[in-house]
Amino acid sequence: MLGKVRVTAAASVLALSVLAGCSSKPAEGGPGSGSSPNSSSSSNSEPVTITYWQYSFPAKVTLIQKLIEEFQKQNPNIKVVAQDFPYDQYNQKVTAATNAKNGPDVLNLYYGWLPQYVQDGILQPLPESFMSKADIEKYYIPMVKESQIDGKYYAVPTAVRSLALFYNKDMFKKAGLDPNSPPKTWDELISYAQKMTVYNNGKLEQEGFAPDVSGQGYHVFEEVLLRQWGVTPFSDDHKKVLWNSSPQGLAAFQYYMDWFTKDKIGDPNFNTDYETAFKSGKAGMIIDGSFAIQSLKKDTAAEWGVTTLPTKDPGGLKSNFGSYWVHGIAKGVSGKKLEAAQKFLKFLISEETQKTWLKEVGELPAAASLSDDASIKADPIYGPFVSGLKDAHATYFVNEKDERQAIIDKTNEIILNKAPVDKTFNDLVKKQQEIRDEYFSQHSN
Amino acid sequence: MKRVAPESPQMRSLLRDWPNRGSLESKRALTAYTFLAIPMLFFLGIRIAPTIYAFAMSFFKKNGSGFTLYNYQKMFASPDFWHALTNTLLYVIITVPSQLAIGIVLALMIGRIERFKGLYRTIYFLPYITSAVAISWVWRLMYDPNNGFINAFLELFHIPAQQWLKSPSEALVAVSIVIIWQSSGYAALISMAGLESIPKSYYEAARIDGASPWQLFWRITWPLLNPTLVFLAVTGVIGALQTFTQIANLTGGSGGQAGGPLNSTLSIVVYVYNQGFNNFNLQFASAVTVVLFILILIVTILQMKLINRTYDY
Repeated sequence: MLGKVRVTAAASVLALSVLAGCSSKPAEGGPGSGSSPNSSSSSNSEPVTITYWQYSFPAKVTLIQKLIEEFQKQNPNIKVVAQDFPYDQYNQKVTAATNAKNGPDVLNLYYGWLPQYVQDGILQPLPESFMSKADIEKYYIPMVKESQIDGKYYAVPTAVRSLALFYNKDMFKKAGLDPNSPPKTWDELISYAQKMTVYNNGKLEQEGFAPDVSGQGYHVFEEVLLRQWGVTPFSDDHKKVLWNSSPQGLAAFQYYMDWFTKDKIGDPNFNTDYETAFKSGKAGMIIDGSFAIQSLKKDTAAEWGVTTLPTKDPGGLKSNFGSYWVHGIAKGVSGKKLEAAQKFLKFLISEETQKTWLKEVGELPAAASLSDDASIKADPIYGPFVSGLKDAHATYFVNEKDERQAIIDKTNEIILNKAPVDKTFNDLVKKQQEIRDEYFSQHSN
Repeated sequence: MKRVAPESPQMRSLLRDWPNRGSLESKRALTAYTFLAIPMLFFLGIRIAPTIYAFAMSFFKKNGSGFTLYNYQKMFASPDFWHALTNTLLYVIITVPSQLAIGIVLALMIGRIERFKGLYRTIYFLPYITSAVAISWVWRLMYDPNNGFINAFLELFHIPAQQWLKSPSEALVAVSIVIIWQSSGYAALISMAGLESIPKSYYEAARIDGASPWQLFWRITWPLLNPTLVFLAVTGVIGALQTFTQIANLTGGSGGQAGGPLNSTLSIVVYVYNQGFNNFNLQFASAVTVVLFILILIVTILQMKLINRTYDY
């Protein structure tokens, strides 16, 4: 009996030492360790390390490195470690790491993910000492208001984006179109696109316009087409989906679906995706955000231009979709780390950084004071985006992933399974309403 | 166990007696236990504990507390779950018999030839040891409706372009083809080993008795190869029930979730992944895993019955 005890004792001693070996590594500035009791009482000169996470968008990854160097020069006591992860895994990484108390201190996320991030307890509300609600609303252009959750701000952006039409001037010329007068209405866009589209034996060889749902396409439908057809997509309190509140909603949806099924102008999966198709000179026109400018500049051989999004009728209502990525502070960050995180955040949203951001990333300044900057407006490439920003609406997402998947699935039923458009449209609206109802059953606004 | 303080009399006597007590055997056992403890800890921590945790988690609601069958109710009411289950069974029905049949034919053919035997064996086995991710992406490019190789090839025979992975009615078959192509080489290799263990003298005797090649196959090869085939079938079924990599890489990314278009290629594991790691509903995903666990358990019990069966020839 005693022998057994001894063996057990030996085994557990061993086990303990193994476990201790695993955890004895000092959590050197490790994320999430900011709440250690002595961090606030230690002297001011002790360096603080904070981590910053974002997804692997090359232009942003390079820029953040430069910005961090500069920030560290200004704040020698703070060390910032930046990490990035592929887009497809980003949310998983953040959720998993946060649950394992191993997450970032400051993180970058799409504004549409905010409700989920807040619900999952990843973010903390920005402290009053950082910026009050009124300060935030005064500093930024109005679009940023869409990012409050239950009346609180959890994160703020550096830059905002709007959409515009990119067109390949070489392909315009080849099709006998004037490369200096891009389409002004959707009808024009379709007829131009048809002139540039080449089918061979049922296979697409060149597309005039890349119709799309999963990229920016569904934003174009929700915030541009619907509004231009006279439908406000959501109620003011964001709780009701109003797409089919008038017959015009279905008309707009039918028009959108015709791009895929009737107009013969392109294929959403042609050349992998619309950006790749445009870069390789196989797509005449695409709708994309200003964030695409840098990579299109680098990889597109053909000459191209940018223009504002078309309208329904000549000179008709302009509309655009605005969106942004925000920086927030993780829940649980406190004491000196919280101070450092706030400093870094302040630095990231400063007007100086916003200007550099525009140059390096191509996203537009989010500060109200910079939205009328004449030099930005006059730029032939950035200009259309800045003027698009004036008509831009940022959708208030409650669950961006589900909302997106719902429209992908329903439009696929029409495109691939030839489901009836009117019935599918009503199903889609019902599904979107269910997603909102589920969210608002737990949240006031 | 009673806690003993380091300075307690019991502990002191235990430590004092440590080197003298016990025989050589118990010392040996001690060493063995010590070495076993580490992998055991690892096994408990990495496999057993999470499994139990997942079981427990399936009875809780996301952001809720208290025991509930909500996840199971939601799962059985969800058309997506049934879609995933049907698809998974379809994967089993389509891929397992095909890879077995192709495997046996390949093994018999390779068994017939004398020269370049090793070369053929290597070539057919290569897909199996190549990364499934790499293979899936190459096939994905080949399946591309507009500039993929397969449609270009079909065009030579004036067959119209197919949508392959983009079509809800063709995608499951397209994914199955990749799986079959990849695992047939494995079936061939194992069958070849099975074939070589059949004594040549049986065939010689049968030939002297005037048996036709057809009879040789059905009377000698088939029954003697049976244990190999049962093994291949069972491992094949378990593999097919767990299909994930090919589906995720052939249909995921570029916008939609893996398992598309319209869930036509969704398998149970992909469903678990989407629920757990895209929607972050780990509780619901655990409930689906429990169902998969039961499915595989049934297959494993059948496997025990079949493999331990004695064969009478």
